[in-house]
Amino acid sequence: MHALSLKQLAEGLRRRQFSSRELTRHFLDRVQRLDKTYNSFITVTPELALAQADAADAAIAAGTAGALTGIPLAQKDIFCTRGVRTSCASRMLDNFTAPYDATVVRKLHAEAGMVMLGKCNMDEFAMGSSNETSWYGPVRNPWDTRRVPGGSSGGSAAAVAAGLAPAATATDTGGSIRQPAALTNLTGIKPTYGRVSRYGMIAFASSLDQGGVLARSAEDAAMVLQAMIGFDPLDSTSVQRDSESFTGTLGRSVAGLRIGLPREYFAEGLSPGVRRCVDAAVRQLQEMGAVTLDISLPNAMLSVPTYYVVAPAEASSNLARYDGVRFGHRAEAVRNLEDLYRRSRGEGFGPEVQRRIMVGTYVLSHGYYDAYYLQAQKVRKLIYEDFRAAFGQCDLILGPTTTDVAFELDSKTDDPVAMYLNDIYTIAANLAGIPAMSLPCGFDDGLPVGMQLMGDFFQEGRLLNVAHQYQQATSGHLRLPKGCE
Amino acid sequence: MSLSADQIRQVAHLARLELRDDEVDHYAEQLSRILEMVDQLSAVDTQGVVPMAHPLAMVQRLRIDEVSETDRRADYQAQAPAVQDGLFMVPKVLE
Repeated sequence: MHALSLKQLAEGLRRRQFSSRELTRHFLDRVQRLDKTYNSFITVTPELALAQADAADAAIAAGTAGALTGIPLAQKDIFCTRGVRTSCASRMLDNFTAPYDATVVRKLHAEAGMVMLGKCNMDEFAMGSSNETSWYGPVRNPWDTRRVPGGSSGGSAAAVAAGLAPAATATDTGGSIRQPAALTNLTGIKPTYGRVSRYGMIAFASSLDQGGVLARSAEDAAMVLQAMIGFDPLDSTSVQRDSESFTGTLGRSVAGLRIGLPREYFAEGLSPGVRRCVDAAVRQLQEMGAVTLDISLPNAMLSVPTYYVVAPAEASSNLARYDGVRFGHRAEAVRNLEDLYRRSRGEGFGPEVQRRIMVGTYVLSHGYYDAYYLQAQKVRKLIYEDFRAAFGQCDLILGPTTTDVAFELDSKTDDPVAMYLNDIYTIAANLAGIPAMSLPCGFDDGLPVGMQLMGDFFQEGRLLNVAHQYQQATSGHLRLPKGCE
Repeated sequence: MSLSADQIRQVAHLARLELRDDEVDHYAEQLSRILEMVDQLSAVDTQGVVPMAHPLAMVQRLRIDEVSETDRRADYQAQAPAVQDGLFMVPKVLE
């Protein structure tokens, strides 16, 4: 059952080939059997899942079921779930049980009727590109357990790649959906900033954070994303737009589509293996009638330094709330209030989170604000303008998602800058706010390779359509890791 | 741009992070490398560029000032490390 698409699962439920309870048990059993190896879940919620499954079965019997009713899903542990621990993979929130549901959680479970299997592992506070900064230990890549699954949504990615969940929610601040998707042979989409409500999604960098989905195909991703989006009065940056159907436009032809290939994304630093796979995907799309053209995003390669000013600055402010007073970790035997703050935060946050808080504090501090923060915001504007100019020439942009395939655990943990460069191709979309996705485009020495599609604002439907057409013509995305078939 | 151990202590103080002495040098070295990477930005000509704080040009949405939440103080305080009589408890701040 774990090899079926969401559409097939919905069909199976509708035709009573299996019940939601049976389907849910199947995935819970797989989690129990296989996740010792991958560590993709922080919390598994079997009782809640089975109760939701029974409710779904009742809705199916009553004829009130929707397209996703009764289909299991894993939630990244960054989304608040009422009554269920919401840790953000941090010791700081190890004892935190959310008192309310994130809007995404409400929409997917209470409204769409999906079944929550549990909460997925991730980099602590979504800060990382390898899922090695989690308080709950690293996640392993199902394609090669010596390697990382990417991050920060590494648990979501590993769970879906290993067939422990049909799909999972994820978040993307600088590539945290797309990079893990690329490294685990998944399809992942980060929508336009403002599409998915951030209410109840624990904040990292608020002008960049955006929720999305990791799935095994563009069609699956479209179905889940459809249920996640929409205006939310509880999020002050939620966008108001008429509803549109991502699933309804998947069948459009790509003939005549103008695809821009940014030369900066095919330059030095790209591994030959990834290049070969992306080039082959471009040829495939050309055969399907798409037209490619050489474009330039001249400031794109400045996105990593820009991001490592903007994101830590916002993070240092957002994470000021963890003070050991109202919720979260509190140090013991403190001398005074100052000591309580310092020690609760010193003990509760791991090294990567502390690094970013300090970088952010530094770039915002007196005397450095103009040189770092204001300059980064100006370069951010230049990066945004590059995209505005590019979308005057082409309908979407295609390039590699990552420079290379999944790397080995512990190979980059001592060098933060090397780790940060993982996101060199993905960060620009967050800075600009545009939608972007990664989808599988082949294998290099047995390890998955992803290609990235970036679109203009609110063009998710177009991205998913092109990805779906590509997946209709190819089959690499259907391959499963050994031991997970 | 290289950060000294004293600068790290100052930043850690501003961020209210307790660091051990052996961590200070380690962070000084790592933060210096991060800032060195970030220093590429100083070479970019941004004369006349309007800083971009946010991807969407939007105005702050306002709502009618009316009660929209029920009182769930007990639920929220159930998360707190120490409460008494409906108050969050902290070490004494006034003698």
